[in-house]
Amino acid sequence: MTAHDPHIGAMTAAIDMPLLSVGGLTKTYGSGRGCANVSFDLWPGEVLGIVGESGSGKSTLLGCLAGHIRPDAGRVVYDLDGHARDTVSMAEPDRRRLSRTEWTFVHQNPRDGLRMGVSAGGNVGERLMAVGARNYGAIRETATDWLERVEIAADRIDDRPRAFSGGMQQRLQIARNLVTGPRLVFMDEPTGGLDVSVQARLLDLLRGLVRDMGLSVIIVTHDLAVVRLLADRLMVMKDGRVIEEGLTDQVLDDPQAAYTQLLVSSVLQV
Amino acid sequence: MIEIENLSKHFTLHNQGGAVIPVMAGAELQVSPGECVALTGQSGAGKSTLMRMIYGNYLSAGGTIRVNGTDITRATPREIIRLRREALGYVSQFLRVVPRVPTRAVVAEPLLALGTDTATAYARAEELLAMLNIPEPLWSLSPTTFSGGEQQRVNIARGFAHQYPAMLLDEPTASLDVNNREVVLTLIQKAKAQGAAIIGIFHDEAARARVCDREVDVTRFTPAQAA
Repeated sequence: MTAHDPHIGAMTAAIDMPLLSVGGLTKTYGSGRGCANVSFDLWPGEVLGIVGESGSGKSTLLGCLAGHIRPDAGRVVYDLDGHARDTVSMAEPDRRRLSRTEWTFVHQNPRDGLRMGVSAGGNVGERLMAVGARNYGAIRETATDWLERVEIAADRIDDRPRAFSGGMQQRLQIARNLVTGPRLVFMDEPTGGLDVSVQARLLDLLRGLVRDMGLSVIIVTHDLAVVRLLADRLMVMKDGRVIEEGLTDQVLDDPQAAYTQLLVSSVLQV
Repeated sequence: MIEIENLSKHFTLHNQGGAVIPVMAGAELQVSPGECVALTGQSGAGKSTLMRMIYGNYLSAGGTIRVNGTDITRATPREIIRLRREALGYVSQFLRVVPRVPTRAVVAEPLLALGTDTATAYARAEELLAMLNIPEPLWSLSPTTFSGGEQQRVNIARGFAHQYPAMLLDEPTASLDVNNREVVLTLIQKAKAQGAAIIGIFHDEAARARVCDREVDVTRFTPAQAA
């Protein structure tokens, strides 16, 4: 019924290999900022959180992973239907197709991920058309279904996103991103700039979608509460390097690095 | 089912002059299927620390912790996640959930994560919530607004939703009224009868005497410097 169903077969058929295998990923800017020698594996269905302060290199890393920034060195190997493909050395058209079908990117600011002049239904339907859907009725039906899944009332389908609240815009961006049934989702501060009550609703929604669709997620944030609730594993970045990684609750409750201890102890408990 | 050998742990406080605090040394513990072992010792002796180490929430400095064949001290995060999902349950004293998620879904979540179909998972969740006397009108509400005692019972319901072969219980009967305490003790006895290996912290001595087969005083694992 929904666009993600075809992946279920592919997931169960897959042998035990990481969905994404990153090695020695490096991107240095003239200013000395960037990310250096980052390596990790991401497994199907896993949510990886990347935390660090502004300038820690986490957004550069996410950009390199998602193919928005060309790294100076390293590899980002993706399991494309059982074939390991290095997306760094891949031809540009192949990479673009990958980011339209298998991958998706949720921006912090919904305006960067939505087309503000197009209706809510159009924002979702457009993605389906980009991967080949042509039947208007079916597209509208899927779009309506997705608006419902992200808790946007069906009677808002013809409204433009600029008439929506910030939280609704972010939920619409998520619907637009997930409608084509991707396997890997990159998220850059998806709850940033939202009220706390709206954040909770978004987190709840994301958790449900991750489980139901078997999504793998890489989420960059500075909000430790968000990763505690959403991420299975955590990487802590400082000055472009991964200084600590592990199970999310272990890193937060028993941090080893001086910087992580400072980061965790600086959060006000509520 | 749970085998601990020569386990040690210290905390290094980098931001407080690099102070190193040894909290455990030479810890040994074996728990067989169907057995319940109580951890005893004064507050601060390391009962909760040991429990958190078994759950993989705290890292170990040395030694081994085998749960269902997996050595927690060397396991990858992915292996620990799988172990927690399938074999190792933990009922902590505090409920930690995403706000807004209905109680029924909170309790059913461990089963849903194992791939149990929604109807079966929710039926089991409702059975446990009813057993623990959480009024039905609350099932569709988030437990974040519940009283402390209600939250604790939701936490217990969640912890017993799946039949884990190994379980860690941190004060499961604290602050419960007589009826609910009885329900929890019955749940523990049932889990034991089904072969679960259980490690528990119980300040409630009568409860401890009823469900635990033996006691281990963690004070003997406390390094001299930290005592």
